[in-house]
Amino acid sequence: MCTVCGCGGAGHPPTENAQDHIHRHDHDHDHHHHPHDYHDDSHPHGHRYRHRHDHLHDHPHVPDHDHLTHPEPQLMTAALAIEAHHTHAPGVDPARMVRIEQDILAENNRYAEANRALFAERGILALNLVSSPGSGKTTLLVKTIEALKNRYPIAVIEGDQQTAFDAERIRATGVAAVQINTGKGCHLDAHQVGHALEKLPLPPRTLLFIENVGNLVCPAGFDLGEAAKVVLLSVTEGEDKPLKYPDIFAASALMVVTKSDLLAHVDFDLTKATEYARRVQPQIETIVLSARSGEGFNQWLAWIETHVSRLAKSIVA
Amino acid sequence: MHEMALAERIVHIAQAQASAQGAGAIRSVIVEVGALSCVAPEALAFCFSAVARQTLAEGAALVIETIPGQAFCPACEKIVPIQARFDPCPFCGSYGLQPRAGTELRVAAIEID
Repeated sequence: MCTVCGCGGAGHPPTENAQDHIHRHDHDHDHHHHPHDYHDDSHPHGHRYRHRHDHLHDHPHVPDHDHLTHPEPQLMTAALAIEAHHTHAPGVDPARMVRIEQDILAENNRYAEANRALFAERGILALNLVSSPGSGKTTLLVKTIEALKNRYPIAVIEGDQQTAFDAERIRATGVAAVQINTGKGCHLDAHQVGHALEKLPLPPRTLLFIENVGNLVCPAGFDLGEAAKVVLLSVTEGEDKPLKYPDIFAASALMVVTKSDLLAHVDFDLTKATEYARRVQPQIETIVLSARSGEGFNQWLAWIETHVSRLAKSIVA
Repeated sequence: MHEMALAERIVHIAQAQASAQGAGAIRSVIVEVGALSCVAPEALAFCFSAVARQTLAEGAALVIETIPGQAFCPACEKIVPIQARFDPCPFCGSYGLQPRAGTELRVAAIEID
């Protein structure tokens, strides 16, 4: 409800002519044909949406209106003309506008850069493994560690909502692992990773694997300070996932198609999966493997080695 | 993207600034959300209300300013308007455009008492 005049609250219909006080949520924009009756108690506090019009007054409507379902039809996009100098209720002091211009992800990015600086200082290659739950991240890691642990120091950060199952599986290989439990959280963030790093031995040239929470959506937006994201897609998940979940594939340098030993038993179009991934990220590489049968595994190891030596060269140079 | 975590950050930023300014309450928080960012504005507004409870931002209106998307098309060699992150070029239809504007996720200003 309007906090100035109280309109829109229970028993108070919205005022008709609300030009004379701060009542910006009644604007009737000609692009829309929405009923103006969203002042009910369930409506959160008059949130408003506006487009920066500038030169684009005739532009087609922004897409989020077209293909998002609105559970509450009242909560809709109403494009309002931006008025820097709106009128005020008589007798009420105008509120002060304080410019902030602060990036919302700035804090996470700061922690991520701190992690990145630590990695650079010690020549650590950090890889952020992302995928749906059950794609085979931990199994891939276990096999990778078995193949490489005599050649590189290795450390692992595990992320799950609950349990330490994955960290225990890693430790069983003889390598140090820290488990982060996010509780309700659905992704790891750089702050959590920074704390986990404090608990790990990280000699120079360590191979650091960060196994993110199983989730094809949220981890995409959170930089952990890694050198690259590696997205896993198992053959039981369907080849259309890169298009359905583009952000995470676009954020990844490598797509590892896992469980290739099951290809005979599922309908999975590998050509399409690769094409779709390249559509959202032209630079993405693809490796197809099976941790179980070993097929394609050498390519994965070779990819890691390439990135290790690139890192080594960049430090020397 | 994750709107709950983002809403928490918005409330945190707004509150920090409001306190620094000695404000008694926050009337509105103006955020810039690029059309190409991975954010659903309605979800953000919902989460903001939930997270703002019992903070200086409680009851504040979240004003979401959408910034249109623009990207560079390597085939056309020019900047073109796009509506969503992975859209093809509206002129030549090719994919793999590089975003140049519309990826913002920023608290632009707060209105305080």
